[in-house]
Amino acid sequence: MSTADIEPDAASAPPASMKSGGRRFGDALFNALSVGSGLLIFVTLAAVAIFLTLESLPAIIASREFSGSADFSLIEYSLPLVFGTVLASAIALVIAIPISLGIALFISHFAPRRLASALGYMIDLLAAVPSVVYGLWGGVWLVPRLEPLYVFLNTYFGWIPLFAGEPTAPMRNLASASVVLAVMVLPIITAVSREVFLQTPRLQEEAALALGATRWETIRTVVLPFGRGGVVAASMLGLGRALGETMAVLMILAPGATFSLHILEVGRHNSIAANIASKQAEASGVDMSLLIFTGLVLFVLTFVINAIARWIVARSGPKS
Amino acid sequence: MSIPATVRTEPSVHRPRDERRLPWYHLVFTGLAGLLVAIAVLAIVGALSVTSAILLGFVLHLLFGWGYSLLREGPRWATDRLMTLLVIGAFAISMFPLLSLLWSVISRGLVRVVAAKPTTFAFWTEDMSGIIGGADAGGVFHAIVGTLLITLWASIISIPVGLFTAIFLVEYANVGWKRTLGRGVTFLVDVMTGIPSIVAGLFGLAVFIAFMPDQSVRMGIMGAVALSLLMIPTVVRNSEEMLRLVPMDLREAAYALGVPKWLTIVKVVLRTAIAGLTTGITLAIARVIGETAPLLLTVGMVTSVNWNMFDGRMATLPTFINQQYRNGSANCMSDTVTNPINQEVYACAVSTNIDRAWAAAFTLIVIVMVLNIFARMISHYFSPKLSR
Repeated sequence: MSTADIEPDAASAPPASMKSGGRRFGDALFNALSVGSGLLIFVTLAAVAIFLTLESLPAIIASREFSGSADFSLIEYSLPLVFGTVLASAIALVIAIPISLGIALFISHFAPRRLASALGYMIDLLAAVPSVVYGLWGGVWLVPRLEPLYVFLNTYFGWIPLFAGEPTAPMRNLASASVVLAVMVLPIITAVSREVFLQTPRLQEEAALALGATRWETIRTVVLPFGRGGVVAASMLGLGRALGETMAVLMILAPGATFSLHILEVGRHNSIAANIASKQAEASGVDMSLLIFTGLVLFVLTFVINAIARWIVARSGPKS
Repeated sequence: MSIPATVRTEPSVHRPRDERRLPWYHLVFTGLAGLLVAIAVLAIVGALSVTSAILLGFVLHLLFGWGYSLLREGPRWATDRLMTLLVIGAFAISMFPLLSLLWSVISRGLVRVVAAKPTTFAFWTEDMSGIIGGADAGGVFHAIVGTLLITLWASIISIPVGLFTAIFLVEYANVGWKRTLGRGVTFLVDVMTGIPSIVAGLFGLAVFIAFMPDQSVRMGIMGAVALSLLMIPTVVRNSEEMLRLVPMDLREAAYALGVPKWLTIVKVVLRTAIAGLTTGITLAIARVIGETAPLLLTVGMVTSVNWNMFDGRMATLPTFINQQYRNGSANCMSDTVTNPINQEVYACAVSTNIDRAWAAAFTLIVIVMVLNIFARMISHYFSPKLSR
């Protein structure tokens, strides 16, 4: 660790005559431990990618795409799962984004100042509830109560492909899983958008109010345009969370493997994460390898989504 | 945005009373009208319930409030009213799942914990060995032990790594190649924050089955490794934020007195930030203690206590909830069930599995909430009072 001596901080170190071996050793040790921990982060993430690839190799090699003669195909196996994962997350976002924006605006601009932090804490409580408890609540409490709504949608809006098909009780369908997913991604989208809305320049807001704008007009013309990037990023973060969520889907959805758009039908969809969790106990050898391959697909998918989100945050952040 | 000349400009959010805006209680009237009409309509259709009345009442309230405001206040204020109501509605609707979830967990879980047989709270001191069929007995002692042990080991791995990474980012990654490395670490920590928990579980599994001869190996330490993958980024993020709050003056004062850098970090920086660090780490623990998917993959399930992290499967609270929920309703062929191990006789209950799931969920929520409250209390009472 010779670099320790040319650090700018070395100027503040005591003169050579005062240095004892213990002090130098302490500095070198701390330097090594800190840099080592930083490097360990690199190593860990590399290890995640390497081990997942390594363990999914048997399935890749044995697949029809690679060997040409196997009885299973990577694409045929993974695509319905990817479709189910993306569809469930997309519906969850469609439900969660408007509500989150409403909550974020409520806390940042409508609620009395003194109440605001307490209300924010209530939303944070939603994030503290373990996912398995959401699954239990969704499966036991929520699913039977959503049934009338599904019957209503199916009867009167059945001409929309999403609500078509024949829903059967119990409603362990994709729509129920998405509703619970929406509750689970609410806190993160709310937290990030609230943060962005609070950063709106105070002067611009006051200028709009001084021009006679109503509170909503101020929000529409000043706050929302300012926070657009942040809202997009928040939604992407929520998407990343929803894509990887296991328990809500595992405990609520009756699995299937089709490309059906009928979200009210039972036994049509499954997600990557829930599929891994439900099949891992019996899987071994190539089957296990296939599951790990789908895990790798999920890892890459969330990696890309999160990287885009962080990039948007970084790009839109410092301007404030 | 065109502003009619008749509308006055406003000096502040608080408007004088002679504005032609209506007082707030007009909203109460439109709200009541909406609710009454909703109840009447639903009673005629025959779908009257509290939930449907509130939902339809709110929608009608939006409509009535908007229409009334449109007549009395003009289109711009009407839109403002409508959006205010929508925003409040969004908040109310988000409180609905939180309250109903907490209510379900307390009303079903707490009752099972208190009414446990043979004694109150036996649910927390018994395990599941020999509990078969619909036996209305058993508990989560083995799962509590497993959860605490695995979380402890995950913390032993994550806290030093996370803390030193945060120290590296704040104290060392200032110049030269370390600065570049620091940027990379910050990016990767962001990436790690987004790793799905099931992928963390697969990683824990893949690492161990790559080196073990037995492909079906499952043990506590695998779960701890998987959990630390999720815990490290949270620890880094929270600690980094706290270390950056320590004023530069304190460090410079220590350096000026000839204190070595490592001693400055230990005695000045860490000591100043200790309350914040404890809060951040406690929140990180609270986050991973409820993780289910990684443990499902790495530690499996057993019915009795296993204290050994390095040998054999373990039960944990989250996986216990999942397992009991999947068991569903029990089959009661007779009124009693006999424990094959100690020959005790229990009553048979159809709902016993789901009840146990709720009781375990209650236990888990209590642990998470205690950790959260503990964290907030530390940051509230022990934060250094910096004048900023």
